[in-house]
Amino acid sequence: MQDILFYVFAGLVLICGFLVVANPFSRSPVTSAMFLVLTIISLAGLFVLLHAFFLAAVQILVYAGAVMVLFLFVIMLLDLKVEDRRRLKVFSIVTGLGASGAILFMFMRHLLHAPLVGQSATLSEGATIPLGHLLFENYLLPFEVVSVLLLVAMVGVVLLSKKELK
Amino acid sequence: MNVGLAHYLTVSIILFCLGLLGVMTRRNLMVIYMSLELMLNAANLALVAFSRFNGKLDGQIFVFFVITVAAAEVAVGLALIVALYRRRQTVQVDDLTTMKL
Repeated sequence: MQDILFYVFAGLVLICGFLVVANPFSRSPVTSAMFLVLTIISLAGLFVLLHAFFLAAVQILVYAGAVMVLFLFVIMLLDLKVEDRRRLKVFSIVTGLGASGAILFMFMRHLLHAPLVGQSATLSEGATIPLGHLLFENYLLPFEVVSVLLLVAMVGVVLLSKKELK
Repeated sequence: MNVGLAHYLTVSIILFCLGLLGVMTRRNLMVIYMSLELMLNAANLALVAFSRFNGKLDGQIFVFFVITVAAAEVAVGLALIVALYRRRQTVQVDDLTTMKL
């Protein structure tokens, strides 16, 4: 059952991810954003299969909820509709396919020969309570630093979106 | 065949390559940004898979931080794109060639 679900979610992730990047029917950024939402939700499904329940919830809340709404807001704010059909440059397609194909090839070659011994170890359970203990005991300093980072980002965004910079 | 670490890593690598392809081929800044998110998500999937099959939760904590930083990064990046659009009236990278030699 879990294997079938893995293949379903993995297929969804890859198909929707491909449609984000290269949708043959529409070049509008809104469809890309919508397929990105689907990709993120299917990734949350994969997280559940990996027993990372808390992260699956965070993924949906933060990514599909907050980040994608921000994306859609900006897309609507910019009102992009004129530039639908531009010619893709052949050079960039060739280099892009070459680069990502090379990375894929190298990773897969090493993955096929790598001794993945993880199966024998005990599997981790990503419930909220052990995750919270780890976060607030071992990783307290990074947690606080991240809160400062969020503050900096907030101040930066407010400053950037002011009409007149003095 | 049982689904193991290798399967998750394969999905993650293919997703990363899709994101890279998007960054290199698309010309719209918004879509480039979404492809970046795709790459970040691929890395997250690999981290969660490693965390699961090594029996340690540290990888998931790392993913937690990655998600937080990604949210901050998206906010700043989109503000930059909006500021750019106000000044230049375009989000196509072809038209933004001021720094080209």
